[in-house]
Amino acid sequence: MKTTLICAGFGGQGVMVAGQILCYTACETTDKFVTFFPSYGVEMRGGTANCYVVIGDEEIGAPMVNHVNNLMVFNTPSFEKFVDYLEPGGNLFINTSVVKERPTRTDINVIEVDAGTIAIELGSSKCLNLVMAGAFVGYTGVLPEENCVQTIFKKLGAKRPEMNPINEAAFRKGLEIGKAARK
Amino acid sequence: MQEKKFMKGCEAVAEAAVRAGCRFYAGYPITPQNDVPEYFSRRMPQVGGVFLQGESEVASANMLLAAAASGTRAMTTSSSCGISLMSEAISWLAMHHLPAVIGNFQRGGPGIGSIQPSQQDYTQATKASGNGGFQMIVLAPSTLQEAADMTYEAFDLADKYSFPVLVLLDGFTGTMMEPVAMPEAKSDEEVAAIKASKTWVPRGREKDHTLHNITDGAPLQERNIREAEMYEAWKTTEVKWEEYLTEDAELIISGYGIAARIAKSVVNDLRKAGYKVGLIRPIRVNPFPAQAFEKLNYEKLRGILCTELSIPAQYAVDVRNVVHGRTPVGTALSSGGEIITADAIYEAAVEMYGKL
Repeated sequence: MKTTLICAGFGGQGVMVAGQILCYTACETTDKFVTFFPSYGVEMRGGTANCYVVIGDEEIGAPMVNHVNNLMVFNTPSFEKFVDYLEPGGNLFINTSVVKERPTRTDINVIEVDAGTIAIELGSSKCLNLVMAGAFVGYTGVLPEENCVQTIFKKLGAKRPEMNPINEAAFRKGLEIGKAARK
Repeated sequence: MQEKKFMKGCEAVAEAAVRAGCRFYAGYPITPQNDVPEYFSRRMPQVGGVFLQGESEVASANMLLAAAASGTRAMTTSSSCGISLMSEAISWLAMHHLPAVIGNFQRGGPGIGSIQPSQQDYTQATKASGNGGFQMIVLAPSTLQEAADMTYEAFDLADKYSFPVLVLLDGFTGTMMEPVAMPEAKSDEEVAAIKASKTWVPRGREKDHTLHNITDGAPLQERNIREAEMYEAWKTTEVKWEEYLTEDAELIISGYGIAARIAKSVVNDLRKAGYKVGLIRPIRVNPFPAQAFEKLNYEKLRGILCTELSIPAQYAVDVRNVVHGRTPVGTALSSGGEIITADAIYEAAVEMYGKL
């Protein structure tokens, strides 16, 4: 089994961190092989940012893939650029707070996540990436959810422990949305 | 071996260097390897080493030269155009027979090029990293585990021959993340013992030992003859490559570094589709593993497909020189920062293979 994922959005939306949380969890708490490849423009904020995540049971060849079975889009340009990278039967996670477009193709699963709004309601717009990551884990079940929460505490809580409750709530809200969409 | 840690390529290289006993690093920032100096700047003070950001690549490489002359295990890294700026000092390292490790995280070129990954410095790395026709052992990792292990090994090789060693990486390997098990760290005593073993170290006026150039023709020729013998010996003692499913293969895909990593997954996909395909991957690109190609059974071979992130092809030239017309040598290439896709290699292989 190989899970391939592109997370894409603007710089500053936490796209890389969303991918990394999944990767750290895979590396540190499972026996799976995992690679992470970031791709971004020269801007710190507002530029394009995307990352390629591959999680598999066997050694991973290409860490950057042009067909994926999962796509997380945080903004409209990313939606437009990557939607055709999805294989038939693939999963599209849309941050509907920002992306108003919907795919014309009908051979993919669309999981709508109002991540931006949820994040603001929880008290910090910054945690929208964790809502998205939660939805991915909830829908696909690729990684153990509690391990992801622990990774969030470990990696993000190290510098900002006061954010732990909001971060956890954001991830759990995402999980809920993902699981509900699976049914 | 320790537990695997999820690391960036740049960090894996820097940490492996520290563990190998590297106690001097000088460099100048350039994407995509900025995480190397950043990591060293944090790490070196913890082990009593020196981190210096030079005012330029030229200065940094000359600092490396001086540090190497002091017997300290020393390193610099840069990317493509930065390595070009360092080439004078690298040539001088070779002239003075000084051990040092240089890492090149290749990006698109020529000139300032792009910040994206490439493999466009192959010829420079393997044949002319500076004036004077010297050669270096060139290690070419294709995973982050190899990047760490080979960086570690590079310091031993540098000391073994008292010569500069190049680790030829690319922007992809530098910026991607993957689990890595770090090699054992050398103790302070071991690091000190390595330094003390270098009895040739110049000690200034006191003992009248200084580095000197050979500037006369005849002695310089003698020196270069000895060097040529060393390069020749490497072809049997220092050559390293990986063969994967080559036994019954009718088509060989060949490349190094990131291209080979992508190619390996293509070989698996082609095998599933019934194609008898194998992989030859140089683990070191200099000395070139001619043996890997000499032992192929050319009677049943349909061809060799070379893949690399360089247009025009550079690695394929070395393969053609060894194969010498015994089978067609094709290419699947990308350049300038574009990363060749598994699909492109797959399609080129199917075309070259012909009928199943």
